[in-house]
Amino acid sequence: MLTRRARLLTGLKWFLGVWMTVVVIAAFFYAPAARNLGQMSRIIYFHIPAAWVTVLAFLVCTVYSAKYLRSRRAEDDAAASFSAELGLLFCVIATVSGSIFAKAIWGSYWNWDPRETSIFILLLIYGAYFALRSSVDDPARRGSLAAVYGILAFVTVPLLVFVAPRIPAVQSLHPDGPILVADGGLDMDARMMTVFMSSLAGFTGLFVWVFTLRMRAWHLVQRLAHRQED
Amino acid sequence: MTSSSNCAHEVLAVLAKDLRSEYRTRYALSAVLLFAVTALAVVSFSVSPYSLEADAQSAFLWIVLFFSAMSGLSRSFVREEEARTAMALRLAAAPEAVYLGKLLFNITLQGAVAIVVVPLFLVLMDIAPAHPGLLVWAAVLGTLALASSSTIIAAVVSRANAKGALFAVLAFPVTLPGLSSAIRATTAALQGAVGRVGTAGDLRALAAYSVLMIATSLLLFDFVWND
Repeated sequence: MLTRRARLLTGLKWFLGVWMTVVVIAAFFYAPAARNLGQMSRIIYFHIPAAWVTVLAFLVCTVYSAKYLRSRRAEDDAAASFSAELGLLFCVIATVSGSIFAKAIWGSYWNWDPRETSIFILLLIYGAYFALRSSVDDPARRGSLAAVYGILAFVTVPLLVFVAPRIPAVQSLHPDGPILVADGGLDMDARMMTVFMSSLAGFTGLFVWVFTLRMRAWHLVQRLAHRQED
Repeated sequence: MTSSSNCAHEVLAVLAKDLRSEYRTRYALSAVLLFAVTALAVVSFSVSPYSLEADAQSAFLWIVLFFSAMSGLSRSFVREEEARTAMALRLAAAPEAVYLGKLLFNITLQGAVAIVVVPLFLVLMDIAPAHPGLLVWAAVLGTLALASSSTIIAAVVSRANAKGALFAVLAFPVTLPGLSSAIRATTAALQGAVGRVGTAGDLRALAAYSVLMIATSLLLFDFVWND
């Protein structure tokens, strides 16, 4: 029974590898370039999925934090921190790739565009989360303090949706027109759309894969520690 | 009925205890006030009063208020841990009462700082605000927002190791939505009619932020306090 599950997981892992390879190739050779952005538009296949995973990881971290406060299982705390680690990694990827794109298209690396502001705050929250974790020694207390901070930070995020677009300096430079229409729908070439959605799925799969990998490693370390105690 | 009046009684008892011990030592108030006055003085004698725009002035005012909150508001919880009185407080009062008492104390402290700093700021920078009423609202709601977010962060920090350095780092991302609304409302108050559009929204956002912070803190405080 267990070997069957292991075989399924291995199969999924290889499938994910092939999927991501195809997505990367398709992003450069299959999807057409957008009309007004040219070759630069290919960033959407990597930048937006990374930003999506950043937010998803924050959500997962909050869910596991709430679970930890209810159950007090060390496993939930570990899951929350692994999710936050991945979120930080993807947050850096999204910020750096977006910043390079901004320099190439808008002429400056950083200009407090509302979405830049939001991702900057996410970066600060992730940073503060790990600063807090590293300054508490007792594991149980570290877990509950980090969980409380994670939930508290998550609660303020909806307010940013209201606050960030009102930063006075600039209007959003993010291209709404060719990609996201005002009413929230998507207006893309069918081939672009296919690659974009596949890339979103691939990045989400990547997050899930690395996350389960970290959890399995954590379980192994726990088991080893128990064995050493015996 | 009796339990709610009992809780209110406990809240007031915690507040009275903190006010009394603050009155005896005057540690937090003098540290915070001197910090705020120093920061104001440094800028006002390096910048000519007429050279700053309204948005720079209001940003400057809130930087002073934010960092003075950062230098003093963590004391309420850190002192309990350092003096080893936290355990006694845990036995004596319900967690919600402790939180609300400390929140009221922090509002009082930060309010006292704002009462000194805002007029001093207007005098030193030689500003006649276009909408004094709006400025008062922005200061009151901004003070409430600063106190409500920093009380729960102070409780978290008091249970961690690097208390001083950690407080500002943890508080900044959480406080930012409130802080930026307060800065915009203050800019509008200093600028006059030009900046008035949408200011009611900023004040509402500030009030909503404080309510959200206090409600979340009430739910989460037990996990920080009794662990």
